Amino acid sequence: MSGVADVLVRVPSLLRQFTDGHEELLLTVEGPITVTAVLDVIGAQFPFFNRRVRDETGALRRYVNIYLGYDDVRRLRGTDTTVLPGQELMIIQSVAGG
Amino acid sequence: MANAASVLLAIGTKKGLWLGTSTDRTHWDLTGPHFLMQEIPSIGIDTRGDRTRILVGTRSEHWGTTVLHSDDFGASWIEPERAAISFPADTGAALERIWQLQPDAASQPGVVWAGCEPISVWKSTDGGEHFELNRGLWDHPHRTQWGAGYGGAAAHTVLPSPADAQTIHVAMSTGGVYRSTDGGDSWQARNQGISAYFMPDPLPEFGQCVHKIARDAGQPERLYAQNHHGVYRSDDSADSWSSIAGGLPADFGFVMLAHPCRSGTAWVIPIKADGERIPPDGKLAVHRTDDAGESWTRADSGLPQNEYNAVLRDAAATDTAELAGVYFGTRDGCVYASADEGSTFTEVASHLPDVLCVRAAVVTV
Repeated sequence: MSGVADVLVRVPSLLRQFTDGHEELLLTVEGPITVTAVLDVIGAQFPFFNRRVRDETGALRRYVNIYLGYDDVRRLRGTDTTVLPGQELMIIQSVAGG
Repeated sequence: MANAASVLLAIGTKKGLWLGTSTDRTHWDLTGPHFLMQEIPSIGIDTRGDRTRILVGTRSEHWGTTVLHSDDFGASWIEPERAAISFPADTGAALERIWQLQPDAASQPGVVWAGCEPISVWKSTDGGEHFELNRGLWDHPHRTQWGAGYGGAAAHTVLPSPADAQTIHVAMSTGGVYRSTDGGDSWQARNQGISAYFMPDPLPEFGQCVHKIARDAGQPERLYAQNHHGVYRSDDSADSWSSIAGGLPADFGFVMLAHPCRSGTAWVIPIKADGERIPPDGKLAVHRTDDAGESWTRADSGLPQNEYNAVLRDAAATDTAELAGVYFGTRDGCVYASADEGSTFTEVASHLPDVLCVRAAVVTV
């Protein structure tokens, strides 16, 4: 989908130190509105946040999950998944570690 | 906060960083954990110039890896807005782990080297705030044949030469030792004499699993190597290597330390074997040579009677004193310090997470 849309992104608590403490980010995204486009908008404003969510190739880090509504975007079209107006993105770290 | 003539001890673990200071290298004031729940596999203490800078390579399974630095003994940390280490887009690679942060000689102020996974060497000229990929090694024709050790495919050791700014040695598992004599523009494999018993040709040009190399303090062309079975010395800047394992209880291990000031003195911490990665007989001991590996002296005073954990390749260090301090940590989170060149040890900390990296230096404020 192309155009301009407002997208709401929910930020996990561990990353709020990199979004000036914001729990939610309401972003205006232009052009093809995909998960990548949303992350690019966040990354331009919050580079430290961007580096924690994506590596330098632009790939989502292995243990970072992004949900579009109730769907993990990896089970859709990954970061190429289209985001529709009114949909929310939620970033959640995997339950992993030891 | 360190005091005048203190020793700063930095302990990187699987779940954070601890910093210690001591004026006698026996009693320590520890702070930490810094960076709780992040791996600290690499630390550099840069005492050149008029300030002490602590560099740390941090790694989170979730949030990735980067370099931060502190100029106030860990009271605050700075992460540059532009990533300190970031693969150029044309490589298609992404940084996995920073294995080595090595300040260059005093004659090269501001220069800091990094060894990383995937196998790569990086150079900073601004004190470790930003690094540039060394293209000579990245584009090396051997690259496709380098393997990954159990810990990952990394350039785990970078040794600039204090005698010659154009000479740098790098070690990797598996790949072996490489040397540049043109400041990093080109690299040549330098493994003649080092065994790769696990390969069809046991003495290949490259492919050895060199665990650690160290440079002699007084003779820059002399190097020591702890191999995946085999302990070696080179007297010709790695052109050739000879075994110095005679007198050791085992030739396996990860640690190789050279004295910071005195030629001929080095330390290893043997592990029984590739297939039995515990100290020989479960008895932890440090072995020191004062004659460049011709003979070894065992020391276990102050160390536990039983220890079944390994000491990883960067989990050991000397400080920078003339009467060198020797430090190491185990995978069960115990850290030991010696104020007498590795003859006797005292426990600095216990029950920390796995110790990945230890560095120490004499500092002043």
